[in-house]
Amino acid sequence: MDFDLMFTSFPKLLAATIVTLKLLSASLFFGLFIGLFFAILRLDKNIFINKFAYVYSYLFRGTPLLVQIFIIYFGLGQIEYLRSTFLWVILKEPYWCAIIAFTLNTGAYTSEILRSAFQTIKPGIIEAGKSLGIPNKIIFYKIQIPIAIRQSLPAYGNEIILMMKGTSLASTVTLMDLTGVAKYIISTTFKPIEVFIVAGGIYLFMTFIINNVIKFLEKKYSFNS
Amino acid sequence: MELLYFGDKGWGDELFFATLMTIAVSITAMIIGFIFAALFTPLKLSNNKILIIIGNSYTTVIRGVPELLVIYLFFFGGSGAIMFVASIFGYNDYIEINAFLTGSFSIGIISGAYSTEVFRGALQSIDNGQFEAAKVLGFNKYIYFFKIILPQMLRLAIPNLSNVWQITLKDTSLISVTGLVEIMRQSYIAAGSTRDPLFFYSFAAVLYLLLTYLSMKIINRLEIKYSRGY
Repeated sequence: MDFDLMFTSFPKLLAATIVTLKLLSASLFFGLFIGLFFAILRLDKNIFINKFAYVYSYLFRGTPLLVQIFIIYFGLGQIEYLRSTFLWVILKEPYWCAIIAFTLNTGAYTSEILRSAFQTIKPGIIEAGKSLGIPNKIIFYKIQIPIAIRQSLPAYGNEIILMMKGTSLASTVTLMDLTGVAKYIISTTFKPIEVFIVAGGIYLFMTFIINNVIKFLEKKYSFNS
Repeated sequence: MELLYFGDKGWGDELFFATLMTIAVSITAMIIGFIFAALFTPLKLSNNKILIIIGNSYTTVIRGVPELLVIYLFFFGGSGAIMFVASIFGYNDYIEINAFLTGSFSIGIISGAYSTEVFRGALQSIDNGQFEAAKVLGFNKYIYFFKIILPQMLRLAIPNLSNVWQITLKDTSLISVTGLVEIMRQSYIAAGSTRDPLFFYSFAAVLYLLLTYLSMKIINRLEIKYSRGY
């Protein structure tokens, strides 16, 4: 065991953790909106809108995240037309490509989580709202969405952890996130176990925090309190 | 479409063999995962506190750390560990381990952590009376486990194991970083030499979709087979 290496690499890995957290929070933030949007489309009665949302979630859940990042980072740059639009400013940056890929990926999973949450809401609750004369819009925003969010908390907590692990793929498109820096240190020192312990410890710590925050929220918004 | 011709002109045959490699790695990893699950599930369900801690730390660590990091650990650490063991026996030359084995092993450890959780959940949801009845009737250990507990456990575990299989299949794309020529690596090579990444990565996505679709079909059949009588 090379404890010196563990001590010297800790600050470097901690600095890289900030990149990981930035990627995670940005993609979760945008992914939540995309997920909600597609969950609503999935519940639409129009079969085309419905199918469109289904195909989106099927494509992104059926392929590895690595393929998605590579298509966006290496693939899209090949389209001449894109290069001439303002989008190119975003797409030439690996940072934004990673965020786009993560957002679309987590959006697909989130849409499934939210869809099933919407479907488990008892129709009686909506009917009760209607019979009290509450407008449909308010029923949706003030009754259905809060219940759906509560229902989906445990599954969404898992999704946050999966996404946190997913951000490690950013290192394949030259970003120096926690895994990227860990790999760099391993490949220069050839001490994989020490680096794994430190980097893995940081990841586990984040998992632990996320788990506890979700548990706290679950308790806070449980139906009984 | 010329890019997909078989033979020297296109990448069809290369991608075909790469797909077979992905399937082979996934199946090997899944089997290695089952071996790990068979070792760690009893630990998690035992009455001994230390054994429970060992079982829990395996699943917590592996499921809380990115797959890529685990792969790097075994990729860089694997040959070092084997050379260390070999040096004890007096063999001091450089040993390079096979990329297929490292890849399957690291993905297998990851998939094993998920399988452990699935088996634990399935075992715990079998009615206690089943265990007791089997014991009371005096069946020997072989019949007790293989004829009574295992079939019931499989029925409960198959739907979740199908998720583990999908995760494992998609995780194999990550071992392309170690240089093993599976779908992702082959697409990377093809994209590099033809300068057509969009086509090859999209085609890789199609191959993965095909694999997940086909495996879903097969697993659905298994599910029907094992839930006969329910």
